[in-house]
Amino acid sequence: MNALDIQGLRLRLPGTARPVLDGVDLTVAPGETVALVGESGSGKTLTSRTALGLLPSGAAPEGAVLVDGEDVLIMTPDRLRVLRTGQAAMVFQDPRAAVNPLRRIGDFLAESVRLTGTMSAAAADRRAVELLDAVGLGPELLGRYPGQLSGGMLQRVMIAAALMGDPILLLADEPTTALDVTSQAEVVALLGRLRERFGTGLLFVTHDLGLAAAISDRVYVMYAGRIAETGPAAELFARPRHPYTAALLAATPRLAAPAGRLAAIDGQPPDLRQELTGCAFAARCAYATEVCRERTPEPAGEHPAACHHPLEGSHVDV
Amino acid sequence: MSEPVLQVTGLHRTFGSVRAVDDVSFTLDAGASLGIVGESGSGKTTTARIIVGLEQADEGQVTVHGRARAGRARGKAERLARAREVQMVFQDPYLSLDPRTSVEAVLRETLRLHFPDTDHRARIRELLDQVGLGTRAADALPRRLSGGQRQRVAIARALAVEPAVLVLDEAVAALDVSVQAQVLNLLADIREQTGIGYLFITHDLGVVRCVTDEVVVMRHGRIVEAGPTAQVLDDPQHAYTALLLESVPRPGWDPDGIAAARRAL
Amino acid sequence: MSTGLTRRPGLTRRPGLGRLKAARAPLHLICLGFAVLVVLAALLAPWLSPNDPNAVDLGNALAGPSPDHLLGVDTAGRDTLSRLLLGARTSLLGPLGVVVFSTVAGIAVGLAAGWRGGRLDSVLSRSTELVFAFPGMLLAILIVSVYGEGLLAPVVALAIAYLPYVSRLTRSLVLAERTRPYVSAYQVQGHSAPQICLRHVLPNIAPIVLAQSAVNFGYALMDLAGLSFLGLGVPALTPDWGRMVFDGQTAIQHGYPLSAILPCALIVLTVVAFNVVGERWADQVARRSA
Repeated sequence: MNALDIQGLRLRLPGTARPVLDGVDLTVAPGETVALVGESGSGKTLTSRTALGLLPSGAAPEGAVLVDGEDVLIMTPDRLRVLRTGQAAMVFQDPRAAVNPLRRIGDFLAESVRLTGTMSAAAADRRAVELLDAVGLGPELLGRYPGQLSGGMLQRVMIAAALMGDPILLLADEPTTALDVTSQAEVVALLGRLRERFGTGLLFVTHDLGLAAAISDRVYVMYAGRIAETGPAAELFARPRHPYTAALLAATPRLAAPAGRLAAIDGQPPDLRQELTGCAFAARCAYATEVCRERTPEPAGEHPAACHHPLEGSHVDV
Repeated sequence: MSEPVLQVTGLHRTFGSVRAVDDVSFTLDAGASLGIVGESGSGKTTTARIIVGLEQADEGQVTVHGRARAGRARGKAERLARAREVQMVFQDPYLSLDPRTSVEAVLRETLRLHFPDTDHRARIRELLDQVGLGTRAADALPRRLSGGQRQRVAIARALAVEPAVLVLDEAVAALDVSVQAQVLNLLADIREQTGIGYLFITHDLGVVRCVTDEVVVMRHGRIVEAGPTAQVLDDPQHAYTALLLESVPRPGWDPDGIAAARRAL
Repeated sequence: MSTGLTRRPGLTRRPGLGRLKAARAPLHLICLGFAVLVVLAALLAPWLSPNDPNAVDLGNALAGPSPDHLLGVDTAGRDTLSRLLLGARTSLLGPLGVVVFSTVAGIAVGLAAGWRGGRLDSVLSRSTELVFAFPGMLLAILIVSVYGEGLLAPVVALAIAYLPYVSRLTRSLVLAERTRPYVSAYQVQGHSAPQICLRHVLPNIAPIVLAQSAVNFGYALMDLAGLSFLGLGVPALTPDWGRMVFDGQTAIQHGYPLSAILPCALIVLTVVAFNVVGERWADQVARRSA
């Protein structure tokens, strides 16, 4: 059974002309790292949050979001609370914003499992020490306050906290964006090790294509609330089939590339207040034809791209 | 082309016991682009703030076209003269514009201060055009604009003063990849057209590769390596530069190795 | 990231809280309506009042409501309705003076302290704390006893007492605002500090400060009414709600409470109305800028 199985998720918000999420299909197997890549407003954060049942108010979801085989969208509030402290956990972008600065690290770690009564105080403390060790931090941190820790250390504490309930699904929403490049490596290495050790499925939400390529088994590329393309990481970055993926890769300033102009994507993503017919990327796409503006493309093929004119054989050096 | 516009010599700045900037020197040639790379706490932002005058150095000198910028500006004439030497684009486009001031008003305000006797309407149109914003955006308040559009406004505002040097403090870090590429290309075009010098403060080595001729690598307030961008990135001499390069994620990346190297350094 | 979406008002609010706000909305509207009514009554008092508020008719003292005197008369036979209407003028004018003076001076002090910082900040902050430590009413009584009768003395005294509330708020807002990059941007552009303060910082913090002042208005009204009840400030013959309560004491002892209870009720209702309106305004402003 998959750790996360999102089927045809469609999400409408009041005051918008098109759904913010439009038929999202996504799976994360236990022990698998899946990257969800997209720009601001693509719906990637929204998608990951639905796995915890965190919906914006007024949202009307359709489809199914199965965590460990159980549909989150029809859960009772009580069941959701258990889910959030148990099977599924989340690591946020800014560790400083996600922690109460006035509480000690030890209390913070034990809080969730104590509140739901899944663990006794002593068991929770033992588990906290064990997990701090797993994220490479010593037990002396239990008595410290968040302000005394660096950003990288604090993010490791957040990961330990997420693992307290022994989740089968870990959602990481841009967990390294607020960190320095060298601490980013440390956090990523840690997530990789923990995944192996605990068999947790990891959904890694990021805007950084290079990072997604470096760490994940499979990648989903999102654009305007739809999955544009999905496939094995190496395959998708070496031979993107969707013109959006290809354009995004070309627009990323890269170390290996020579200095000079980047291939920018003209225009902007479609506005939520406007109705959308056909392919969402058509207006910015160099390959767009009449059919793209009329009919929404369905993902097809072994390495599916939602495109009427998928690229074949193009090769991009990452 | 090789006459220096901006010369920084022996800058020092301490906050309490922390040496934020420790003996930093470099020069920026006319129309050139220099990158300052480093992580948080490397002192790169403090250096930038000293150069634009938002922060005072304890020691050292910043000169633009051979004229020293020391201490606080006295009087309006000196204030304006300094503004025309160096301008700055800030990181967060959401906070660097007054939420109550429209795009046109932002530019008009600056033009009125610096060029009181010229035709502002024509110049505003020209500036908006230069940064790729239509005249339709002129009446908009910042909250009606996207992050990329706001950053274009911030660039237009800086260019309105016609400075010799533009300091860009992580100016594209908050933007999406596709928008970032647009803004970086725009900056390259502007440099070609106006011959303005850029000082790029960034943590992103990809950006450095893309837009700078020379680079300075900073760590704990000190310069650890400096040189032509291609040379530094292709053949780093300092272990820290090598670590920064290693840390850029790519397929076949070895995060464990980097983490170990970081601890060893 | 979809933060832009979730930040849109109406989306972030939980359903429970939304209902609470909705249920309170009529209260706010009633209060706003009442405040407007009182202000209108004060403005139009000379034309609205049916009788001369100072016309003494001892033969008719303490009469109940009648077609001639809709709300009855007081111990001296003066028409209560007319006195209430004209009393609204003094009762609102006083707090208005307090609020205007304390707001203008408080903003100036807070702006200077917050912007310049350093020694100026310490001096200004310590002196406002000194005022804080001294009870406003006591200060007012002191000043009135020195300068004698008249509306000006208590208004000035209370304005000084209210100044620290405004200056402290302004200072903290300025401190937060000046760290914003847009302020740095204007500095780099060569704009002078007073220009940046007046053109950009002040308009951005003004709504919050003004909301505080609207709340202060209610309190000042209460304090001034208290002072005139004590017989301080407002001259004896001028119609004023606080003074009317004082004059009505004997009427209550004689079993005719109307001339004392009506101004009492008006004071309470007006204070509540201004507080509710001011606080709701402050809430809205805070939510918009959050």
